[in-house]
Amino acid sequence: MLEIQRISKTFHPGTPNEVAALRQVSLTLESGEFLVIIGTNGSGKSTLLNAVAGTFLTDSGSIVLDKHDVTKWREHRRASLIGRVFQNPFSGTAPSMSIMENLALAARRGMPRTLGLLPGRTLREAIRTRVRSLNMGLEDRLENAIGSLSGGQRQALTLLMATWRKPKLLLLDEHTAALDPKSADQVLRLGGEIIEKEKLTTLMVTHSMTQAITFGTRIIMMHRGAVLHDLRGVEKQRARVDDLLGRFEAIRRREQLDAGTAEMLRRQYV
Amino acid sequence: MSLLLGAFTIGLILALLALGVYISFRLFNFPDVTAEGSITLGAASTAALLVAGAHPVLATVVGTLAGAAAGTMTGLLHTRFKINGLLAGILVMTALYSINLHVMGKSNVPLLTEATVFTAAEAAGLALNQGNPDINVLGWRVRAGEAGMLVGALLFALLITAVVNWFFRTELGTAMRATGDNPQMIRALGVNVESHVTLGLALSNGLVALAGSLLAQYQGFADVQMGIGMLVWGLASVIIGEALIGHSRLGLLLLGAVMGSVLFRLLVAIALRWGLNPNDLKLITALFVLAALVAPTWLRSVRKPKATGHA
Repeated sequence: MLEIQRISKTFHPGTPNEVAALRQVSLTLESGEFLVIIGTNGSGKSTLLNAVAGTFLTDSGSIVLDKHDVTKWREHRRASLIGRVFQNPFSGTAPSMSIMENLALAARRGMPRTLGLLPGRTLREAIRTRVRSLNMGLEDRLENAIGSLSGGQRQALTLLMATWRKPKLLLLDEHTAALDPKSADQVLRLGGEIIEKEKLTTLMVTHSMTQAITFGTRIIMMHRGAVLHDLRGVEKQRARVDDLLGRFEAIRRREQLDAGTAEMLRRQYV
Repeated sequence: MSLLLGAFTIGLILALLALGVYISFRLFNFPDVTAEGSITLGAASTAALLVAGAHPVLATVVGTLAGAAAGTMTGLLHTRFKINGLLAGILVMTALYSINLHVMGKSNVPLLTEATVFTAAEAAGLALNQGNPDINVLGWRVRAGEAGMLVGALLFALLITAVVNWFFRTELGTAMRATGDNPQMIRALGVNVESHVTLGLALSNGLVALAGSLLAQYQGFADVQMGIGMLVWGLASVIIGEALIGHSRLGLLLLGAVMGSVLFRLLVAIALRWGLNPNDLKLITALFVLAALVAPTWLRSVRKPKATGHA
């Protein structure tokens, strides 16, 4: 479904702030796979997600999604294949527009915007039904501005919006990191249900090890813009929080060792 | 009475300006200075065409399209060349000053003998009144021609408001509103933000130029200076409208902008009648808009005493 071939991205090239955010990353995702990406801060996990979404174009490599080579596609064009939930609950919805209007816009994701009135009657009913199924009591507030809702409610609606038209790929970028534990749990569960029911191919970035082992069918661990570990199948099912933490610890120690070795060499030879 | 009727009519014509400013300023959060050039452009191109003997409707349509083209230009400067929105507007406005002079061939074009859309409205008013030049409205004697122009302007302003309201409720229009509200979100839903902003500015400046075109035809001249201060004028109308409506429904807010424009024009007419120096008009308009922009924040800080010291 998704085939990433050796993509690289360097931000601010040629300046003191140069960052090699992605180094020759390759990744293949089968249809229906739910991949969780974990990694340290600055490991490139969100950058990888943004590269797939088309927030920027990569410096090299190729991205093929659902048999379309989207490498050169701009963000809004890729949106016809991709549903997306952002980390910031305010990013995914238009605050001064109503719940109804937000969902109606999402129902036309990636489709040409015509001069037909939005939303039509059937869509209006469908939206009411789906919002009621959230059990948040929002079905009575459909005409209210979405900006008046809580972060959790907005994120739940964004999930609904991202998956209203079944996307070829769903991107979740630490979508519960900014929520209180209760809302986070609610949104995670809702996401899990939708993904399972619609058999969505999903990429989820998280920094929660618990989320990583609870959700998904596969885990990759990123470090310094590259994929370090790839756990799938039985290995993923058996993985525990401690195992993942252990692997992070190993990375940390190896880096310390590298730094220590360098220091020793410097003392001896310089 | 004639003064009042005139103020009403001009207020209704400038309501189109207010609608245009509402679109750029409120829907797209884009303080678009192009309006000061495009209102003159609408007036200039209509006046030039009328003098050349074109049909008034054609001249009005061309004036409107010219304004839309100016808005497109600003939109392209802003979205394609990443120029700050305010600066993009200033560049186009400045360029339009020369263009307007070229269009008119001089700094002022009088339209004293040319047939305009308002001569048609005037004639209709007279015809409906069986050729009698005066009408009796609640004991006031009103010239039938002026009443005809007022009613014409009113119907037209309402029609345009309805069309704008309809447009912004279609799929395309809703996506455009979302573009102004949260570009990141609407991009993730597959909308080309850049082209939608450009289209929005074209629409806004088209309306502004239409106001200019009608204003030139009503007052009987186009002048290269007529755009100065018009953006603030439009803002004042929008702000008054929002205060009048106090509601968030789009259709009502658009109607509010129309009412705001009329009310503002009436207030100005009355103030001038009471001896306000016309030279002070723009200063007072600017101060009014300043107060309206600052007042909400200021009131909030006064009402809520600062929680300092102990928590």
